[in-house]
Amino acid sequence: MAEDRLIINDNEYTFEPGETILQVAEKNGIRIPTLCYLKGASPTGACRICLVEVKGARALVTACSTPAASNMVIKTDSPRVIEARRFNLELLLSSGNHNCLVQGLDMDSWTDFQLKAMDAKEHKTLCPAYGDCRLQDLAVRYRVKMNRFPPAENQHPIETVNPFIVRDLSRCILCGRCVQACNEVQVNNAISFGYRGSEAKIVTKGDRALKDSDCVFCGECVQACPVGALITKDEMHSPGLDVDIKKVHTTCSYCGVGCQLYLHVKENKVVKVTGVENTGPNHGSLCVKGRFGYDFVNSPERLQKPLIKENGAFREASWDEALSLVTERLSRIKKESGPDSIFVLCSARITNEENYLAQKFTRAVIGTNNVDHCARL
Amino acid sequence: MTNPISDIEKADVILITGSNTTENHPVLSSYVKRAVSFKGAKLIVVDPRKIPITRFATLWLRQNVGTDVAWINGMMHVIVKEKLYDEEYVNTRTVGLDELKKTVQKYTPEYVEGISGIPKKQLIEAARIFAHAPAASILYAMGITQHISGTDNVKSLANLAMLCGNVGIEGGGVNPLRGQNNVQGACDMGGLPNVFTGYQRVDDLVIRERMEKAWGVERLPAKPGLTATLMMEKANAGDLKALYIIGENPMLSDPNLNHAQKSLENLDFLVVQDIFMTETARLADVVLPTASFAEKNGTFVNTERKVQRVRKAIDPPGSAREDWEIIVNLAGRMGYPMSYSDAEAIMAEIAAVTPSYCGINYGRLEYEGIHWPCPSTDHPGTPCLHVDQFSCGLGVFHAIDYIPPAEMTNNEYPLYLTTGRILYHYHTGTMTMKTHGLNELAPNSFVEISREDAETYKISNGSRLKIASRRGEIEAEARISEQAVAGTVFIPFHYAEGAANVLTNAALDPVANIPEYKVCAVKVSKAA
Repeated sequence: MAEDRLIINDNEYTFEPGETILQVAEKNGIRIPTLCYLKGASPTGACRICLVEVKGARALVTACSTPAASNMVIKTDSPRVIEARRFNLELLLSSGNHNCLVQGLDMDSWTDFQLKAMDAKEHKTLCPAYGDCRLQDLAVRYRVKMNRFPPAENQHPIETVNPFIVRDLSRCILCGRCVQACNEVQVNNAISFGYRGSEAKIVTKGDRALKDSDCVFCGECVQACPVGALITKDEMHSPGLDVDIKKVHTTCSYCGVGCQLYLHVKENKVVKVTGVENTGPNHGSLCVKGRFGYDFVNSPERLQKPLIKENGAFREASWDEALSLVTERLSRIKKESGPDSIFVLCSARITNEENYLAQKFTRAVIGTNNVDHCARL
Repeated sequence: MTNPISDIEKADVILITGSNTTENHPVLSSYVKRAVSFKGAKLIVVDPRKIPITRFATLWLRQNVGTDVAWINGMMHVIVKEKLYDEEYVNTRTVGLDELKKTVQKYTPEYVEGISGIPKKQLIEAARIFAHAPAASILYAMGITQHISGTDNVKSLANLAMLCGNVGIEGGGVNPLRGQNNVQGACDMGGLPNVFTGYQRVDDLVIRERMEKAWGVERLPAKPGLTATLMMEKANAGDLKALYIIGENPMLSDPNLNHAQKSLENLDFLVVQDIFMTETARLADVVLPTASFAEKNGTFVNTERKVQRVRKAIDPPGSAREDWEIIVNLAGRMGYPMSYSDAEAIMAEIAAVTPSYCGINYGRLEYEGIHWPCPSTDHPGTPCLHVDQFSCGLGVFHAIDYIPPAEMTNNEYPLYLTTGRILYHYHTGTMTMKTHGLNELAPNSFVEISREDAETYKISNGSRLKIASRRGEIEAEARISEQAVAGTVFIPFHYAEGAANVLTNAALDPVANIPEYKVCAVKVSKAA
């Protein structure tokens, strides 16, 4: 076998030096489950879900952090691998309030655990991440029943004292994706791992609330969180999986970076915004305005009908009446004072297509080049 | 931008000037932060405020407001004197170096220190770091352009980039960070008084004849129109009778607002088309309700010239209509029927009349955008401009001298005011101020002031201040901050209460007609 070749599940593949087992597998359409792995950040191997078996190695290795090497013989789904993943999932499930999949507990402790987990007032609904949770997905896929370990005591109160993000560390599995999103992707350096052993948790500097920390509420951590530990406030009272929500891929309407985002829409309302992960310029990242500043769309203050000012006050009008009035006044002014006495201010906010028509209207219909927008302002 | 955003992570040195990147272009700033933190890039920041991105900087140079040509010439002086420039690049790809050399000769580090306040050692160090970089990227924004010398400032940055062979290479470039979602597109589409789409000049007979044919009209006007800033003057003088405003709010974004209000009130007829009852819409005779970005199909062009799709997710409220539909309605009523089935059909017409957009259609934009120029449907687009040669052939150095800002401090108005945006709000706040959480994080206007100035004027943090310029006065809360440098205060322009633009100076750059928002003289006192 050549230098840069290895075998995965009995098939031979080539690889580039520096690639990890996971990257080689993904490149070739072989799916290895991951949980803590965050594209674009350095792999940590923390969750041990992407374990694979490498012939000759004593222990199973994490595919996300193990470099591919020549002549490696890898099994991604051997019984040993499956059993190890299932064991690790059980540990993760027992680490906190993961009360969506507890059918394995005996009746007494089942009730106690559910009551305890639902105790917090924020936990009235089962879990906002239900149906959109990587841990739950994997637990279902690996048929994990969660009966080997008793559920851990919840040590952390839920933090809601900021406008946008709910931190529910009782559901945190310490995968570290949020830490990487904050430090390696957005480089806001607001959160990190703190404390040791069973006390370990994700902390801001000085373990303060997000609002009193360096956090700038970009929400990168919320998008990275694979479970229900970091959710947006708007999601807190949602019932989890909602099949009525559709996602529409579009471009952010704030600054000129042009981030690609999904508008999550339900009943003609925008209910959430997330970044589109596999395309530029943002590769999933957004800022506080792009991610959370969408209330204006559904605002009750939106203008809904044309308005005409009479005696200093506005009254509602039909489109026909309003357009007739505009046509009449513009036509008269054009006739009396010439086309150059009219000016059209088009906009850096509207689409290309609309700007195109605005300048065409100005030049071809009004007959002046008096058209500009706020590029200067 | 001459280069794509992704190039920022490929730069060896990044020079940021006149851009509060982390607050105004947060996602783009993460490229800078990653380049510095993980890729070994060096960052030089030149800004009158100690903005957050300075935390990542190798060097922060603090210039006096409005002295940009001086420090840029100073850097070039050092680079020329120490022969650090890219000789081969300059010889083969540019013209005008001799003139430039002559002009920058007097900009010695000592001379520049006198004007800009930048210590000469720092200037020399910055020049060396910049010149030694295999690829250096310059990022700038309105802190460079919103001056009476805005055009000169931009040309000076272009001089610096060319001198070091940084234009047309990966990781380099002269990169303006555009502040609005589609300001690039509005320019590309001919939303300017002197050009049709794709910057085709209105005073060029051949182009005009082509557009006349495409649009089916007999004669298009040849004389360039007014710029938005001069338009206000004409309205004030009574020469302009009617104004049709689509999605803009000059009553908060224009300089010298008291004057702007008088101008708008002086019109015979004002139509405002918007999604909210803005400060400007209140002055209108007719207000037309429109669809927001979530309610329409179309395209925006981002700061790296990438044309990207906008898709309709929901229906507009009430009887609000998409802007293009309203324009089609009006054109028809005024005797020029326009007929488009949808936004895609309009893009097809744009491509037909615009050489740089010829290859762009919705089919190609389905998942990923395309950087213009894109001259044909099999052309991949142009992420990086000026690669083998400049669009105009040879790159031209412009020898430029420093001129001081239009308004200087004096005994009566002893402080400089500079304006800008903050992270949690956007432009005139029409959109962001509808989100409760953003208002909670940034509820009201403030004056950022240095500790030294606060002591001088006996101001305590959080107290109400009166700030006055020669044009007006406002009240706002004092915020003593490490970001401010003695002698200069900062006020965000988002807020209608405590509107910074009541104070700003409408003095214009003679070429671009940009107002000097970034420099004016003010005085502060405790509010009564």
